[in-house]
Amino acid sequence: MQYIIEAENLRKRFGDVVAVDGVSFRVVPGECFGILGPNGAGKTSTIRMIYGFSPMTGGHLKVFGLDIQGELRAIKSRIGVCQQENTLDPDLTVQQNLEVFARYFDIPKNEAREKARELLQFIALDHRKNAKVTELSGGMMRRLVLARSLINDPELLILDEPTTGLDPQSRHQVWERLEELRSKGLSILLTTHYMDEASRLCDRLIIMDHGRILVQGKPLELIREHVGYDVIEVAGPNSKLRAYVQSRGLEHEDLGHRLIVYGQEGDTLFRTLSNQYCREGCTLRMATLEDVFLKLTGRELRE
Amino acid sequence: MNGIISISLSKRFLRVWQRNLTVYQRIWKISFIPPLLEPLFYLLAFGVGLSALVGSILYHDREVSYINFIAPALIAINIMYNAFFENTYASFVRMYYQKTFDGMMATPLFIEEIIAGEIIWGGTKSVIATAIMMGVISFFGLIHYPHGLLLLPLAFLGGIAFGSIGMFFTAIVPSIETFNLPIFLFVTPMFLFSGTFFPIENLPLWAQKLAILLPLTHLVKLTRSFSFGLIGAELLWNFTYLLTFCLIFFPLALFKMHHRLIK
Ligand SMILES: Nc1ncnc2c1ncn2[C@@H]1O[C@H](COP(=O)(O)OP(=O)(O)OP(=O)(O)O)[C@@H](O)[C@H]1O
Ligand SMILES: [Mg+2]
Repeated sequence: MQYIIEAENLRKRFGDVVAVDGVSFRVVPGECFGILGPNGAGKTSTIRMIYGFSPMTGGHLKVFGLDIQGELRAIKSRIGVCQQENTLDPDLTVQQNLEVFARYFDIPKNEAREKARELLQFIALDHRKNAKVTELSGGMMRRLVLARSLINDPELLILDEPTTGLDPQSRHQVWERLEELRSKGLSILLTTHYMDEASRLCDRLIIMDHGRILVQGKPLELIREHVGYDVIEVAGPNSKLRAYVQSRGLEHEDLGHRLIVYGQEGDTLFRTLSNQYCREGCTLRMATLEDVFLKLTGRELRE
Repeated sequence: MNGIISISLSKRFLRVWQRNLTVYQRIWKISFIPPLLEPLFYLLAFGVGLSALVGSILYHDREVSYINFIAPALIAINIMYNAFFENTYASFVRMYYQKTFDGMMATPLFIEEIIAGEIIWGGTKSVIATAIMMGVISFFGLIHYPHGLLLLPLAFLGGIAFGSIGMFFTAIVPSIETFNLPIFLFVTPMFLFSGTFFPIENLPLWAQKLAILLPLTHLVKLTRSFSFGLIGAELLWNFTYLLTFCLIFFPLALFKMHHRLIK
């Protein structure tokens, strides 16, 4: 099996800070692979090693089966990257941003023009092709970055928080574009802070914290394994409820003003709880990836 | 380290150079004006205003009018300014504020190619400015042809020299304000004391010795000789000085930039 990415015991250190501390994962062709984790978990650091932006401190890394140490140029020319920060060229127009970027990949002029036209249509920005980048809205810029990362027909698309700061409309538009690309067989590596985004787009994902992988798997399986089917949230729980939950040995998290019960029992438990202990402020909902994330990485703020 | 530079440096730096050219073409109408007007201002102020006081100057046993004396120096100063400011302020803005280099690093380009392209673009801007200035100055009959045409390749060499040292400063300054320091300590003294507005022989001996160390002194000597049509073997020394300067600061700029940006 030829993997798109094969990372083995990847490590990255900045002075005293260990940003990535022995991360291993594999991405298979055509899959969308997610990297989740709180701020400072090491997502960007991991990704930057994969597209050759920063050298690794240790470990082994192969992309397209090529070793990153020896064949970086070949690898770089087959990847498309949306970086976390905006790196669009403000000195150029929308269309020029694509065409000048195409030159960096040695794409001939005519081909680049045609490709730019196609991509501007793909992201619905063809009517703004002569606008300055600085005149675009945040969502338009993000879409343009996505288009720019596709200019070389990449075999691997790397997206570092592609939808951060976008309104719901723009996010959905980006998701649809990504789904279209994935359906055509493009492999995608994605980081995000939006759990709904990860659930929707990722075939498999890892959750990282402090430079290490906590779990790895398919979104739904992770939810089942770590949380279950349902979650009951109780606002302002009283002591009787606490006692009941403890006596039954239910898996739960006590946040003081809020009690969260993870469960497999769903309806029956919910009825018991809401009838006997909390007439109001008791909700039953489906378990989500966000529950897994918070359960595994804790609820304290980072940095 | 040298190994990394030589491996990563291919002709792809041209792509970065082309990017800057594309931007220049967008704004060329504005970019054209300074090299067009600046020599006119200087020639008017110094050549016409001051030459009434100075009269003529003895240069290599020849009487030359003051305006003739400073015209080639203006070209040399412009070569210095164009490359130096391009590879300090403008490159810093692209590197730090616009993240242009970060974007480029997500392509097959390596940092050494990006920086080389930037410096060679700085040299190119010196050539463009020189060509425009030559047009203006020739109009007053102040350049001797065909020798004067040598000014164009010289502008490139001088541009690479000043662009490289500019890029070296860009690699080490903590913030854009810090450029004040090399400008105050390095560029301004050169502007005044490199045989630009008076022959360095007028300086006290110790200052002459210092002036010989300044790259602009050698560039001025060359632009003046080419403009006057005085080509001699002694110019080889000035040429060698500038070339050596490039050979030291060009790789040093790449090395320092690698150090700054590759984390
Ligand atoms: N260039 C750098 N120099 C020093 N430390 C760095 C550098 N880049 C990242 N770090 C540190 O490495 C750690 C991981 O950072 P990284 O950017 O990979 O996190 P992240 O998971 O992408 O976070 P976020 O969600 O906020 O983008 C942090 O502690 C950060 O401070
Ligand atoms: Mg990040």
